[in-house]
Amino acid sequence: MSEARSEARPEDNGGNAATFDAHPGADAGVTPESPLQWSRVQGRVTEEGGAAEQIRVVERPFLGHLVLRGGAITLDEAVRAELGVSLPGKPLGLVLDAEGSRSVQWVSPDEWLVIVPAGEEFELENRLRARLGDAHFAIVNVGGGQTLLELSGEKARELLMKSVTYDVHEQGLPVGKAVGTVFAKTSVVLRRPSEARFELVVRRSFADYCVRWLLDAGREYGLRVESASP
Amino acid sequence: MFHIFCPYCQEYREEEEFHPSGQAHIERPAEPASVSDEAWGDYLFLRDNPRGIHHEMWVHRLGCRKFFNITRDTASYEILETYRMGEQPSITAASAEVRREQGVQTADGGWQTVGARPENSRLNEETPS
Repeated sequence: MSEARSEARPEDNGGNAATFDAHPGADAGVTPESPLQWSRVQGRVTEEGGAAEQIRVVERPFLGHLVLRGGAITLDEAVRAELGVSLPGKPLGLVLDAEGSRSVQWVSPDEWLVIVPAGEEFELENRLRARLGDAHFAIVNVGGGQTLLELSGEKARELLMKSVTYDVHEQGLPVGKAVGTVFAKTSVVLRRPSEARFELVVRRSFADYCVRWLLDAGREYGLRVESASP
Repeated sequence: MFHIFCPYCQEYREEEEFHPSGQAHIERPAEPASVSDEAWGDYLFLRDNPRGIHHEMWVHRLGCRKFFNITRDTASYEILETYRMGEQPSITAASAEVRREQGVQTADGGWQTVGARPENSRLNEETPS
């Protein structure tokens, strides 16, 4: 892997800031470890696969998480051009692209969370920077600090009802809504991208705690936490 | 537990998601260098501690992480309204006194606390004062 591909100097991306690829790939000599690495070592997280239970929790490791901050109109134009989806303007909005693999989420009036498939975030950040140019904005790659857990199955809602203070009923959390809330005394982002799925974005330092909580709360449903291999 | 309306998320959330951050509407002296030590000390440390209507700054720390203002009754713990930073309260100690005299149950904008929701929606409408 050449250095030019994993790093971008300010003059390469619009003169705003230097960026680097947080996941340069295996040839760079760095083995990526997701926030659930410790849970995996401890045997709490198993390889993805096996029979579907009443509830299924699967980690989606190494996705690209970018936090965009700035004015809604400026960012909307850039995101629309680069991702093909519009920035959710209403509070607590969550927008997915046609494939369903890229999402933009409202976090606060001047802050949005973009989640894209692994390996896309570095190029996307550079393209957004180039497009935004001198506008007043900030883009931060927070992919190393958090990870995404996907909950599905008939009992997923019941598990969440035991864990979060937020109303996870259809009327409180319809498809296309995402909230930051309390999960077992820690903070998570709770997302509802589709009818069948809930998503939890957990902080790295609390990831193992959240997994333990999920395992405990889901014991009656035979819950296992799975993850793709690193 | 309170159910607090976040003016940025625009919905009611559990009190657990919020954190109080002291008195609201404190203005920093425009030119700190020319302010007397006493005035600067007052600005830094002295806070009102009223019985009754109080304006406070709260932060939605586990949600949108924005600061906003709350008008709260320190005697009854009732939250009368929440409003964004930079806005002015519609309920003050003076206007609350008028409301009490007129026998209006709660202020416009709604039922910030459990139990404050009026039986009749007319009671919740703005009263000319």
